[in-house]
Amino acid sequence: MAAPDAHRAIDAVWRIESARVIAGLARIVRDVGLAEDLAQDALVAALEQWPESGVPDNPGAWLMATAKHRGIDRLRHKKMAERKQEQLGREMEIEQRLTESDLAAEIDDDIGDDLLSLIFTACHPVLSPDARVALTLRLVGALTTPEIARAFLIPESTVAQRVVRAKRTLAEAQVPIEVPSGSERDARLSSVLEVIYMIFNEGYSATAGDDWMRPALCEDALRLGRILAGLAPNEPEVHGLVALMEIQASRLRARTGPSGDPILLLDQDRARWDRVLIARGLAALRRAEQLGGALGPCALQAAIAACHARARTPEETDWERIAALYDALTQLTASPVVELNRAVAVSMAFGPAAGLDVVDALGSEPALEGYHLLPSVRGDLLARLGRHDEARAEFERAAALTRNERERTLLLARAAP
Amino acid sequence: MRFMVMVKANADSEAGVMPHEDLLRQMGEYNEELVKAGVMLAGEGLQPSSKGARVKFSGKDRSVIDGPFTEAKELIAGYWIMQVKSLDEAIEWVKRCPNPMEGDSEIEIRQVFEAEDFGDEYTPELREQGDRIREQAEANQQ
Repeated sequence: MAAPDAHRAIDAVWRIESARVIAGLARIVRDVGLAEDLAQDALVAALEQWPESGVPDNPGAWLMATAKHRGIDRLRHKKMAERKQEQLGREMEIEQRLTESDLAAEIDDDIGDDLLSLIFTACHPVLSPDARVALTLRLVGALTTPEIARAFLIPESTVAQRVVRAKRTLAEAQVPIEVPSGSERDARLSSVLEVIYMIFNEGYSATAGDDWMRPALCEDALRLGRILAGLAPNEPEVHGLVALMEIQASRLRARTGPSGDPILLLDQDRARWDRVLIARGLAALRRAEQLGGALGPCALQAAIAACHARARTPEETDWERIAALYDALTQLTASPVVELNRAVAVSMAFGPAAGLDVVDALGSEPALEGYHLLPSVRGDLLARLGRHDEARAEFERAAALTRNERERTLLLARAAP
Repeated sequence: MRFMVMVKANADSEAGVMPHEDLLRQMGEYNEELVKAGVMLAGEGLQPSSKGARVKFSGKDRSVIDGPFTEAKELIAGYWIMQVKSLDEAIEWVKRCPNPMEGDSEIEIRQVFEAEDFGDEYTPELREQGDRIREQAEANQQ
C-alpha cells in the first residue's frame, strides 16, 4: 500500500476505533491520561508498520494488543529508571492488570460501559467547561489537537495545554473512571449533555468564510449525541438532546443567505430544510416522550423545534403548543430569556396584547437589564397594537443596547417614523 | 459529509431469494454497530427489480418499462446513508460489512452532493429553482 493511502486509511481506522481503545485501556490502567498515551503509542506503531504490512483484518484488536504491550514495556522501563517506592507499587499493579487483561479479544465485545465511563470522565465537573469540551472531542470524538484548535479558532498550544491540564486534574482529583449512579447520576449526565450541546453550538455559530472545521463541529456533536443515545437508551434527555440537535442541524443550509447574512426561522425557505435530519429528530423526540415522565429541558426545546419542523409553511405553525411548551420550560429553568420567548409565542397564538402582558411582567427583571431583545420584542408587540410612538421609543432603546451593527441598522429603520 | 453506500444486486437477490438467517443476523449486528457509532443516517433493503419500473426519456417523450431488468450487477439491492469524516472512513466501515450476498458481491460508495459543492456556478437563482423542484417532489410524495 502506498504510504499516503495507508496514512489516510490509518486516520479512518483511528476515527472509528480510538474511543473504544482508549476506553478499554482506561478501565485497566484507571487513568485517562495514561490510557490515551498508550493508545497514541499504538497509533505511532500503526503508522510505522501498516504502510508495509497493510491494515490488519481486525485493526481495533491490533491497536489494543499493541497498546497493551507498549504499556507493559513502558512501565518496566520506567521502573528501572525511577525506583520510587510508592510509585513503583502503583505501577507494578497497573502492569499486572495490563498483563492479565485480554484487551484485544474484548474489543469486539460490548464495551459500552467502558465508553460511557470515558464520556462521563471527560465531562467531569472537576474540569472547566472548556477543558471538558477539548477532552471529549479528543478522547471520544477522535479529533486531533490541531483539528480542535482550528474548529475553535484558538492556538494549538492552548488546546494542548488544556488537554494536558485536564488529564492531570483528573488524576490528581483521583476521579474514578465509572458510570455514576444514584443521586449523582442526573447532575453528571447534565454535564455530559451540556458539553455536547456546547460543541454543537460552536459549530452552529460558524459564519460564512469560516474554516470548514467549524460547521463540522455540528456533525461531531451529533455523532457524540447518537453514540450516547446508544449507550444510555433509557435516558429521555439524551434522546431529547439528539432530537434538538438533529432538528436544528436540519436548518443549517437554510439559515444564511447567499452573502452569508442570517435568515430568521420564519423567513427561511423550508424546502431547504434537511428532511432526513428532521425525520431523525422527530423519531428521537418520540423516543424521549415514550420513555415517560415530564419532559426535561432538552426534550422541551426539541419539542418546540419540532413544532416548527412539522409546519410546512410559517402560517401552519402550532403557536399554542409552542406557547405551552415554553410555559413548561420556564417552570423548569426559571429563565427570563425563556419567558421572553414565551411572550413571542403567546403573541403569535393569542395576539400581541396577550404577549405584551407577559413582557410587561418581565419589565423589572434584573437579568434582562441591558438585554436588547427585551425592548425589541416589546417594540414589535406595541407596533402590532398600533401604539407607534411607544414602539419607536422601544426600538431606539434596543438599538442603543445591541452590539451587532446589522441589528442596530434594522432596529433604527423600524424606529424611523 | 455524507455517502450513499449501495449494495449491488445479484441473481439471487433479483429472484427474491431471502438471505440466510445467519446473514440476516450479521447484517443486523452490523447495522447496530453503525447506529451505535452515530454514522448511519438511513438505510433500506430494496425489493427485486421485478417490483419496480423504469421511465425512459427521449426529448419530450416518456415511456415506462416495467421490471424485472436483466443486468443484475447494475442494479441495487439496498443502501445506507452514512455521515462520516472522509471517503476513507466510509471505506473502513464498508470493509467491516458482512458479505451481503452468497459468493461474490460488490458495494459501491458515492459521495452525496451538498449545495456548496456546486461552487459559484450554483447561483442563488439556480439554488432557488433547485429548491422549488425539491419542494414539488416532496409535495408529490404526500
